[in-house]
Amino acid sequence: MNDLVNETTLVELSTLAALPLEPGKSKATLDALNEVLALVGQMQSLDVANVRPLAHPLERHQSLRADSVTETINPSALSQNAPLYEAGLYFVPKVIE
Amino acid sequence: MNLNFATLTDLQKALRNRDVSATELTQHYLTRIDALDPALNSFISIQAETALDAAGRADARLAQGDARPLTGIPIAQKDIFCLQGHRTTAGSKMLSDFIAPYTATCSEKLADAGAITLGKTNMDEFAMGSSNENSYFGAVHNPWDPQLIPGGSSGGSAAAVAAGLCAASTGTDTGGSIRQPAAMCGLTGLKPTYGRISRWGMIAFASSLDQAGPMTRTARDAAILLEHMAGHDPRDSTSLTEPVPRFSESLGSNIKGLRIGVCREFFTEGLDPAVERSIREALAVYESLGATLVDISLPHTPYSVSAYYVIAPAECSANLARFDGIRYGHRCSDPENLQDLYQRSRGEGFGEEVKKRILVGTFALSAGYFDAFYHRAQKIRRLIKEDFVQAFEHVDVIAGPTAPTPAFPLGEKASNPVEMYLQDIFTISASLAGVPAMSIPAGLANGLPVGLQLIGNYLQEGPLLQAAHQFQQATHWHTLTPPEVL
Repeated sequence: MNDLVNETTLVELSTLAALPLEPGKSKATLDALNEVLALVGQMQSLDVANVRPLAHPLERHQSLRADSVTETINPSALSQNAPLYEAGLYFVPKVIE
Repeated sequence: MNLNFATLTDLQKALRNRDVSATELTQHYLTRIDALDPALNSFISIQAETALDAAGRADARLAQGDARPLTGIPIAQKDIFCLQGHRTTAGSKMLSDFIAPYTATCSEKLADAGAITLGKTNMDEFAMGSSNENSYFGAVHNPWDPQLIPGGSSGGSAAAVAAGLCAASTGTDTGGSIRQPAAMCGLTGLKPTYGRISRWGMIAFASSLDQAGPMTRTARDAAILLEHMAGHDPRDSTSLTEPVPRFSESLGSNIKGLRIGVCREFFTEGLDPAVERSIREALAVYESLGATLVDISLPHTPYSVSAYYVIAPAECSANLARFDGIRYGHRCSDPENLQDLYQRSRGEGFGEEVKKRILVGTFALSAGYFDAFYHRAQKIRRLIKEDFVQAFEHVDVIAGPTAPTPAFPLGEKASNPVEMYLQDIFTISASLAGVPAMSIPAGLANGLPVGLQLIGNYLQEGPLLQAAHQFQQATHWHTLTPPEVL
C-alpha cells in the first residue's frame, strides 16, 4: 500500500488534532503514521459489504437517567487544577482584538 | 505466614484472628515499597499517611467485630483511577499535577468494602502501551528480572503485586492491559465483561473498550475483588444492570464436562515455542481434571489488531481532545494566541506514543477516510463478536496463550511499534467482542512466567473464575514468586 499520509495531510491532521508540527520531526512522524496505517490496511482485504458496524460490544442502548441535578462538586475542587484561574474565570489568550 | 505474598483470603483470616493488625500490615507493605520500589518504579505516588489513617480505622472496626469483606487489606490502584484529593496522572506529563476532584466508582466501592489504598501505580501514558515504557514517570521493571519489561499498560500494578508490595491491585484493560502484564509477572488478571465495572472516574482512553479489573495472586482473590468492584452505576451510561453474583462462593465445584475451546488462530507462527509448550501442558492439566478440549476457529482473529488500531486511536483522539491547557492539565508558557495555547500545551504535555495515536485516530475519522477505516473497523468488530457468539454455542470457555512471548528486555521493541502492537494479538479480540477474559500463571519459559488466557461468554465471569481456580488447585504456578525478591 502506498503511503497514505504525506506532508500536506500531516499538516491537516496536526491542525485537526491541535498538535504542533515539531521542527525536524515531520519525516519521523510521517514514517510512524504510515507504518501503523500499513498495519491497519490489512482490513481492506476482507469483504464487509453486508456487515453492519458494531459500536457497542453488547449492543445495548445507553441507560439514561432523569435530566436533573443529583450531586454537586465544590467548584474550587475543579478550579484548583486550572493553570490560570481567577475570580471565577478561566484565563485564555486574547481572542477578540 | 509470609505476609509478602499472602493471598487476600489468608490476610482476611489473619486480620480477623488478630494475628496481624491492619496497621502492621499496611506498615509492612510501606516499608517494602520504600526498600524495593526504587529498583522497580512500580508506584507513581504513595499515600502513606492516608493509608495508615485508614488502617487505624480498620483496626477499630476489627476490634468491634464490625469488619467488612476487605477491611484492613492494603491494595494499590492504577494511576488512572481518580481518588478525591490525590494526584491522578494517567502516567502523563499532561496530568502530572492533577488533583482528582472526585473518586472513581470502583475505587469508592473497594474503599466501602474496607480496602486500604497504599498508592497509585505506574502505567503507560493514558494506558497506551504494552511494556510500560511509555510512562512520563519512567519505565517499570519486572520483579522477575529488572532488565525486562513488566508488560503494559498496567505494568506498575502487576510489578507491585508480583514483588509483594501490596496484596492486590486494580488495573484497566483496553486491548490486553490487565492480562498481558499479569502473564508477564506471573499473576492472575481479569478483564470482566464490558460494562461490569463502572468507568466513572477512570480516565478514558477508548470508551467502547476500556474495562477495569483486578490483578491478584489467585483466581479466588480475583473473584473477591471483582465482587466489590462490579455493579451498576447510574453515572456510567454503559454500566450493566445485571446483578453481580458472589463469584468467590462458586469456585469449589469440579469442572468435569467443561468444554474448553482451543482456538487454532491462537497458535500462530509468532508464538514462542516455550510458551506454546507451557500452554499445551496446561491444556493437558485441564483434560486430566475432566474437561474436554474442542478444536475451534475464531476466523477473524487475524484482523483484530488492524481493527483495534483504528477503533482505539479514533476513540482516543476524541477523548483526549479535552486536554486544552485551560481547565486542567499542562499549559505551555506565554502562548501567542488560543491555537498556539492548544497546540503547544498538547505538544508538550503528551508523549510520543499518545501523539501518534491521536494522529492515527484523527486520520481514521477524517473526511474521505471514515468509511474505509473507522466504519470498516466497526464492521470487522461485528465479525469478531460473531465468531465468539458462534464458538460459545459449542464450548464453555476458550483457552490459549495470553501473549506470544514471555517478558522481553526493556528497549527491545521500543523502536518497532508494529512488533509491540502484536504483543496484544491474542488479547485484543476479546476486548473488541466485550467478553470477559483472564490470564493465569501456567508455567515458566526460560525461567519467566507464562500466562494462559481463558475467555468466557458474556457475563460468565463465574465459570471463568471457576475454571481458573480449579486449575490453580491442581498446579503450583500461581504460587511462584520472583527469585530476586525477598
